[in-house]
Parts: sequence; structure tokens; C-alpha cells
Amino acid sequence: MKETQMRTPMSRVRGLGAAHSGTHHFWHQRVTSVAGIPLCIALIVIVIALLGRNHAAVVQILGSPIVAIIMLLFIINIVYHMWIGMQEIIVDYVHEEKFKLATLLANTFFCFAIGFSSAFAILKLSFGV
Amino acid sequence: MTELQAGSTAGARRSRPLSPHLQVYKLMLTFVMSGFHRISGAVLYFGMLLIAWWLIAAASGPNAYSYFEWFMGSLIGRLVLFGYTWALLHHMLGGIRHLIWDLGYGFEPAEREFLALATIVGSISLTLIVWVVGYVAMGGPR
Repeated sequence: MKETQMRTPMSRVRGLGAAHSGTHHFWHQRVTSVAGIPLCIALIVIVIALLGRNHAAVVQILGSPIVAIIMLLFIINIVYHMWIGMQEIIVDYVHEEKFKLATLLANTFFCFAIGFSSAFAILKLSFGV
Repeated sequence: MTELQAGSTAGARRSRPLSPHLQVYKLMLTFVMSGFHRISGAVLYFGMLLIAWWLIAAASGPNAYSYFEWFMGSLIGRLVLFGYTWALLHHMLGGIRHLIWDLGYGFEPAEREFLALATIVGSISLTLIVWVVGYVAMGGPR
């Protein structure tokens, strides 16, 4: 290997590697998975509580502060978790560079769209405009 | 030693042994559960469209919400929601299994098998329990 810079190979690779970034996605996936356990249980409880209720009741319950806060936390947490997860799937299976770039972008756009539209809907329900 | 040197000089051009592909291995429950974890994650990813639709429909008004109610009340809607419930609970239990491993426990063969079995049995049981509770909360099937 021809040395073209002063840094040693070890210093270049330390903390980075082939992915061009470190292990923070691994750690963030663990953080969001731990947070996801109570939030998903809360989602199931909320959905069961809303089963069979009419629109007015659903709006009132979803818009109440506690439920809205839990739903917002759920959405933010899950969107980040699923963004990392799908990125992991893409880099595992998509090897063609341009298609990989396209699918990674699509993943980001999808997660942002889901996250922002859901969060907006919860805020609208809560503030009732 | 000579082989090592030959390997380093010939570089990447030299054909290297490949590891056998998936189908030559015995189908193990741990392997299947690993696959289920990823597949259920992917299913939940697209299932978030359902959550977003639900929230946006509720925020949009009674008319938009009635379309959502109509779909979820249909047979296909119920099947989708049942699958979503199972995927969610399976991914949650599979995730807990991974967290146990992350803490350094459960790597013995018997423990691995138990965790894999507990994941699938647990997710199916919990899904049925959640649906029974759901129907009871709704006052019986409609």
C-alpha cells in the first residue's frame, strides 16, 4: 500500500471502517428498541381502548395530552428505529451503488414522510385547529 | 508461509474459497427466528403506513375516518391488523431476545433453543390474547 498521507492506516480506520461511520447506529438501534417496548405496549392499549368508538370519541382520546405525548414519543422513536433497520437491510442486500443510493434515499424520505405526517396529525388532534 | 506470500502478491485476483450458501445448512429454529425478526421488521416498516393513515384520517374529520373504519372493519382489514399485531409482538419479543444476548446471556445451545421457541410461542400466544382482549373490550365480535 502506497502511503500518500501522514496518518497511519490504524488512525484512519479507528472508529470508522468501511461504513464511513462508527457504531452509533448499532447503539441507537438498541436505545430505540428499549424505548420501543413500553411505547408499543402503550400503543396496543390505546388501540384497544379506541376499538369501536366513533370519530368524536377517537379525536377526544387521541388528542388528550397524555395519549398525544405517548403517541408522539412512539412515532419519533419508531421512525428512527425503522430508518436504521431498513438501512441495515438495504446495505445487506443491495450492492449496486446507484440502486443502493436510490433505496437509501427512498428509505429516508419514507421515514420522514411517515414521521412528520403522523406527528402533524397528532398535534392537530391535540390542539384541535 | 509461501502460500501466504503468494496470497498477498496475487492479491484479490486469486479465487478464494466461498462459504456454503444458506440451503446446505440444516434448518434450525434459531435461524428461522432470525429471519422472522428481519421480515417482521420490514413488515412493520410498511405497516406504519396504516398508523399514519389512522392518525391522518382521525385528524381530517369524520368522513375520512369512516373510510379508515370501513377498511379496518372489512375481512382484509382485520387480516392485515391481525398480521400487524403478530409482526409487532414477534419483533418485540425477538428484540428482547437480542437485548438478552447484548447483555451477554443466553448463548448456551439449550438457552438459544429456548429463546427461539419462547419467541415464536410467545408471539402467537400474545397475539391471540391481545385479540381476545380487543374483542372483549369492543363487546364481542361484530
